[in-house]
Amino acid sequence: MAGGAASGGSATSDAYAPARGWLLMPAWLVLGIVVVAPVFLMLIYSFLTKEFRGGVIWEFSLEAYDQFFFDRGLFGDEPPTIQWAYIQIFWRSIWQATLATVLALLIGFPTAYFIATRPVQQRTVWVFLITIPYWVNLLIRTVSMRFILRDQGPLNDFLQWIGVIAEPLTIINTNIGVQLGLFYSYLPFMVLPLYAAIERYNFALSEAAADLYAPRRKILTRVVLPAVKPGVIAGCILVFVPSLGSFLAPDLLGGARNFMIGSLIDEQFRGSAGNWPFGAAAAMILLTLVLMVLMVLARQQARLEKGAG
Amino acid sequence: MRTGAARFDFPGFKVMTFLCLFILYAPLVIVMIYSFNDSRSITTWGGFSLRWYVDVFTGPDSAKFKSAAFNSFSIALIAATVATAIATSAALAMVRGGRFKLRTATFGVINLPILVPEIVTAVAILIFFNTIGFTRGYMTILVAHIAFCIPFAYLPISARMQGIEGVYEQAAMDLYADRKQAFRRVLLPMMMPGIFSGFLLAFIISLDDFIITNFVKGAGVETLPTAIFGSVKQGIRPNIMAISTMLLAFSTVIVTLSWLVSRIDRTK
Repeated sequence: MAGGAASGGSATSDAYAPARGWLLMPAWLVLGIVVVAPVFLMLIYSFLTKEFRGGVIWEFSLEAYDQFFFDRGLFGDEPPTIQWAYIQIFWRSIWQATLATVLALLIGFPTAYFIATRPVQQRTVWVFLITIPYWVNLLIRTVSMRFILRDQGPLNDFLQWIGVIAEPLTIINTNIGVQLGLFYSYLPFMVLPLYAAIERYNFALSEAAADLYAPRRKILTRVVLPAVKPGVIAGCILVFVPSLGSFLAPDLLGGARNFMIGSLIDEQFRGSAGNWPFGAAAAMILLTLVLMVLMVLARQQARLEKGAG
Repeated sequence: MRTGAARFDFPGFKVMTFLCLFILYAPLVIVMIYSFNDSRSITTWGGFSLRWYVDVFTGPDSAKFKSAAFNSFSIALIAATVATAIATSAALAMVRGGRFKLRTATFGVINLPILVPEIVTAVAILIFFNTIGFTRGYMTILVAHIAFCIPFAYLPISARMQGIEGVYEQAAMDLYADRKQAFRRVLLPMMMPGIFSGFLLAFIISLDDFIITNFVKGAGVETLPTAIFGSVKQGIRPNIMAISTMLLAFSTVIVTLSWLVSRIDRTK
């Protein structure tokens, strides 16, 4: 630990080393049994045969993945062609998550920058104001969004009242509704890591650039932005990953035509129409996608930190 | 340097910040206002009234909401308590346990529920309970909640522990306190703010969870979020707005409390 600079610091930083195994045991047991092992179990399930009333038959099968990627006609006897339906759902999810991330970055960066340039006492209050919605029940926030965006909802009422539109806009059950929902759900996730990065940024660098007659806009894009890039990456991960697998926003603000991965997976485990191996396969594909994104960004993060010395 | 930072302000950024806060709060505030609407319709304003709050407690859905509230709060209380204990113990090993081989792996496992999309965790846990033949119900929700609350309790606890230098325990042990006494009398009291906010955050996370709960709850057992979701599917009724406003107020109080507690130690 870096805190070990004081003489006693390093002396006790390993004070609990002998009991380490016992101290970690509960966390390992609970998370190992309830989260880690089940993820492997999910991988196995994705290669099993489906049971018609939900659940699985323990027989090896590639059917789930086959169904995901290939279309073999109604009776399964035609030559396989690419099954676009599910790929499309994944593609829509990636696209929606990307847009939500960009939108959150556009609003989140100025907000984080503004907060980080306030006097210290004020900063904690601003951060607190951003944090509260983060902790408010996501379901309630999504329901609120649905209430606001309805055809006869407050947003349409307001827009009609000021005369911008004559007829109410239909936002619910469209991709835009889902998009606004995702953006709204995860906006605080963007602001907080960005703020943490900008707060640590040394404004003496901006001073130096200003002394060399750099215009303020240039200082922002050429000096500040590269310096706080790790924060930007962290914020993007925190918005992109939950958006990608989100269930509530597409379910409550979209409709059957704006399906995202989350809804597709959820459907496989509900009632008798479900298909557990297929749901497990879809979840595995989602997990793989997320891990790939995380790995690429983590590598970039590591490179940035090394570059910073 | 601080005065220097303000020099690099952009006036437009202030507007954006207010826009950001407006976006975050407007939907919540509007739902709050409409929860006091006397009208049966959610579109027209019929004057101020508390009738929907009364309806939550005595109306036709009150029995459902009461049992859901009991489930939600009891699960959150137990899950947060157990997760906090587990997280504190793990933080001791991670922060005060020196270097060891599995440190990175352990860190990854602890944070897994935060990194992985919730729906993936939900599917995995459902499959796990199904394989071992556990009937879905109150217990399955509780076990799942304990697991995913651990990282949220861990974050503030480990952060707090990292902020406490080893010199205090060292001093206690120089004065012939044994390891246990140094922990109970010195480290634990100093960590209390971190443990308390870890507990509160875990509590809120458990109370708020919908996706995992919805997967592992089984038929007949509801928590507040799943009960609300079920009602909303048939349309947003005013009593849902009343119950949402109460939950919203509750979360805000808890988070404010956690924030105030975490500020206590800053003054040292």
